[in-house]
Amino acid sequence: MDKNVDISLTVNGQEVTRRVPARTNLVDFVRYELELTGSHVGCEHGVCGACTIRVDGAIVRGCLMLAAQADGATVETIEGVSESTEIADLQKAFHERNALQCGFCTPGFLLTAQELLSQNPSPSRDEIREFISGNYCRCTGYQAIVDAIERVAGERQAAG
Amino acid sequence: MKPAPFAYVRARSLDAVFDLLDEHGDDARILAGGQSLMATLNMRLSAPEVLIDINHIDGLSGIEVNNGKVRIGALTRHNAIAASPIIAEHAPLIAQAMPHIAHQAIRNRGTFGGSIAFADPAAELPAVSRAVGADFILQGRNGTRTVAANDFFLGLFETAREPEEVLVAAEIPVIPANEKTAFTELARRHGDYAIMGVAAQGSADGGNFSNIRLAFFGAGDRPILAQAANAALEGQPYSDATVAAAQEALGADLDPMDDLNGPPEMKMHLARVVTARVLAELAS
Repeated sequence: MDKNVDISLTVNGQEVTRRVPARTNLVDFVRYELELTGSHVGCEHGVCGACTIRVDGAIVRGCLMLAAQADGATVETIEGVSESTEIADLQKAFHERNALQCGFCTPGFLLTAQELLSQNPSPSRDEIREFISGNYCRCTGYQAIVDAIERVAGERQAAG
Repeated sequence: MKPAPFAYVRARSLDAVFDLLDEHGDDARILAGGQSLMATLNMRLSAPEVLIDINHIDGLSGIEVNNGKVRIGALTRHNAIAASPIIAEHAPLIAQAMPHIAHQAIRNRGTFGGSIAFADPAAELPAVSRAVGADFILQGRNGTRTVAANDFFLGLFETAREPEEVLVAAEIPVIPANEKTAFTELARRHGDYAIMGVAAQGSADGGNFSNIRLAFFGAGDRPILAQAANAALEGQPYSDATVAAAQEALGADLDPMDDLNGPPEMKMHLARVVTARVLAELAS
């Protein structure tokens, strides 16, 4: 059988059509085919969260979903949500609170934090920690990441 | 690592799946949520020739309650189950287990049926399904058959599902008014596979335990219903002596494996710890 697949999908608002090996996972597809290298490849078995990508409005592991499965889907990467300014306040807070050092995990944390705040606008620190438990950071010790997310929750609440 | 090359087929009907399973036999794997399968493919623990994607087959997902049973379609995602008022009211043990299943991004994709069919002995839902007394509906070209959770898990990643069958749904008895539930799991990081865990359901009405089902995960080559411990609890009041008797009986129920988490002795100790915790919760 043919081990390639034709796919058409929307990535960051643009229609994309490609023929890819069926085994290509979604994060490799956006990185190598589309040159959107903000999504990172860490563990490749769903543990680290560096490859977090949004598919049809919900975050997924980019390493545990095939590009072929995204045929017909709407995909958003860190580049897309950054460009649209959807997460500008989170990015500012991460920067100001030193919630990143090497930055490898940061795109995954930002997309995860955005999904948390969209579902639970005023999470407790424990709820923040539980929600980000699927994302590894090896630099910061998480305290500053929780601080940054908590701060943005408060700012968004205050802004109504 | 990257998976070995394979072909990918997006099936639109169960008949199409049966055709592909007939044609490719053991060279084909069914792809549901993929949250365990993709990891094993990436690590090249498995190298199928064909992946049959069942995510676009209508009628395989959804939650409904009918005639005293909650039916969960095999493709129902974990986060849909976690958000379901039907599950919270009628199958609360499943609702309690949900936050422990991996992480948000994985719960957005992972499916109930996938977790059951994959049958990881350290996963939550196979053990929960034994504690609640679930039935699994398996469909083949010639119809469906029902297999009780207690007869479904045969060994490490091994189940009663025949290669030409698809797991299409689970049916869980609505929790009786006199039963309670408890769930405890020990893991290195929230959401990781359990080092040891137990799902429990049964009655503590009138001060005595009755029909308690302790089902362990991370405790052997499959989810284990602790029959000796459950028998030791029957008719007994919650007390230090009763807890100790159940803990003692676990020696006949569990045979944990040595793995990266630690030796069997440590796991038996942890099994006794989580047993004490769920019994306290059931009695409270």
